[in-house]
Amino acid sequence: MDNQALQTLLSEILPDTEIIQGGQFVEINLDPTHLHEVLTILKNNDQCSFNFLFCETGIDLNGKLGVVYHLRSIELGHSCVCRVFTESRENPVLDSVADLWSAALFYEREIFDLFGIKFNNHPDLRRLFLEDDFVGHPLRKDFEDPINIIRK
Amino acid sequence: MPSNISEPHQVIIGEDEKYVVNMGPQHPSTHGVLRFELTIKGETIVNLVPHCGYIHRGIEKMCESNTYQQIIHLTDRLDYMSAHQNNEAVSLCVEKALGVEVPERAKVVRTILSELSRLSSHLLWWAAFGMDLGALTSFFYAMRDREEILDIFEENTGGRLIQSYICPGGLMYDIQPNFAQRVKDLLAYLRKKLPEYDRLLTGNVIFLNRTQGIGRMSKEMAIDYAVTGPAGRGSGFSCDVRRYEPYSAYDRVEFKEILYTEGDTFARYKVRMDEMWESMKIIDQLIDQIPDGPHTAKMKPVIKLPAGEYYQRVETAKGELGIYIISDGEKNPLRFRLRTPCFSNLFVIDKLAVGTKIADLIAIFGSLDLVIPDIDR
Repeated sequence: MDNQALQTLLSEILPDTEIIQGGQFVEINLDPTHLHEVLTILKNNDQCSFNFLFCETGIDLNGKLGVVYHLRSIELGHSCVCRVFTESRENPVLDSVADLWSAALFYEREIFDLFGIKFNNHPDLRRLFLEDDFVGHPLRKDFEDPINIIRK
Repeated sequence: MPSNISEPHQVIIGEDEKYVVNMGPQHPSTHGVLRFELTIKGETIVNLVPHCGYIHRGIEKMCESNTYQQIIHLTDRLDYMSAHQNNEAVSLCVEKALGVEVPERAKVVRTILSELSRLSSHLLWWAAFGMDLGALTSFFYAMRDREEILDIFEENTGGRLIQSYICPGGLMYDIQPNFAQRVKDLLAYLRKKLPEYDRLLTGNVIFLNRTQGIGRMSKEMAIDYAVTGPAGRGSGFSCDVRRYEPYSAYDRVEFKEILYTEGDTFARYKVRMDEMWESMKIIDQLIDQIPDGPHTAKMKPVIKLPAGEYYQRVETAKGELGIYIISDGEKNPLRFRLRTPCFSNLFVIDKLAVGTKIADLIAIFGSLDLVIPDIDR
């Protein structure tokens, strides 16, 4: 299915969601309150069946924290990108999708570690790379490290 | 003897007693610095928790303050077996964003180098896998033959392990005049040596007992955990990026995607052994047809990607590598995400290893072919 047809299909399935034609993929901008609901539809609907979460990325864009999901359907061969931003920067919370794709278990631990986004209903939300008493979240744009100066 | 006297000095270890032991971080079979927290009952693994981050270097953060030419030198250090392929992924992503057309010569040489990297990576895996299972000879055999590939890399790129040779626009410098002849000699040499490997390990009864039926992964599990590369293809998960999204010169060569459906340690072993033959087939088709012409396209000294998001994936020796760049039009990326194959391939291990013996964990871990810097980044 090409991107144009996928966009038409997704607009029918998700009438209230913003779906745009990106450069490479069809992009879906999600509302954090309906995140889990919409992604469940994307995974379980027979016409989309996005069963392969191949990349989950934490982002810090324009002062807002968020997560990008790259999804692909193995049987149907099409891909899409979902993007969601948290409501606040001080206490960023999103729903976990680890019950839909097990790969998210560890992607979300990494994002929690490096961006500080908390995931509701995640079974084991601990830091993945850094030690437990590390202060701060290094991939945020406002992170400052007095010892290793990494700003340009 | 009165029956109410207890025996305080006799310690009986009951059948329900569980022990928690650490495997690693410095352990020969974890292939780097990785720690497993094992809960064992006798020899059987009851629970397994991987702990990583011992060599976390923050490559994603470093990339945010470097230019695209500099990033090439950082991605070498992810999976140092597939340095060419990592560089190729970044270069393809930058070229896609700029709309640069790479010369044919660079495309063909890139493909040959990628396949040579795959051969070298699989040879090193075979060496270490045999050694994990107690067959030390395999280590010497494969390291000896891998040396021939590294010599070709050294002559052409100046580096044996970390080359930084494929760069945005094409290649850093042109290949040596005797490149094609050396590669042909190498293939003739490997074609004689690979059957020896099969005679040493593949049909060995002890080896088969250690690998067949151990660590079964179903296709659904592979997709669910995003296990790609030879580990996924051993479970029948068709995930070869070269096949469904061809890049460089892969659209003009004939090759077979190796698939096995058993999903056990032996199936993952067989996938890699067969892939070595397929890699040689791909090189065969290209080595006589390296086109003349420039080795690189004209690039500006300062690369600025147009604002937007770019995603590029390539098939490295370990699996699918994804490069996700968010750019705001400056000379540094705003976000540089590396979706590395070993990261998602590692975390399926607790599902595969629970219920098996400690010795089986070594075999399962070896068959996933993990490189720790690729996980920690």
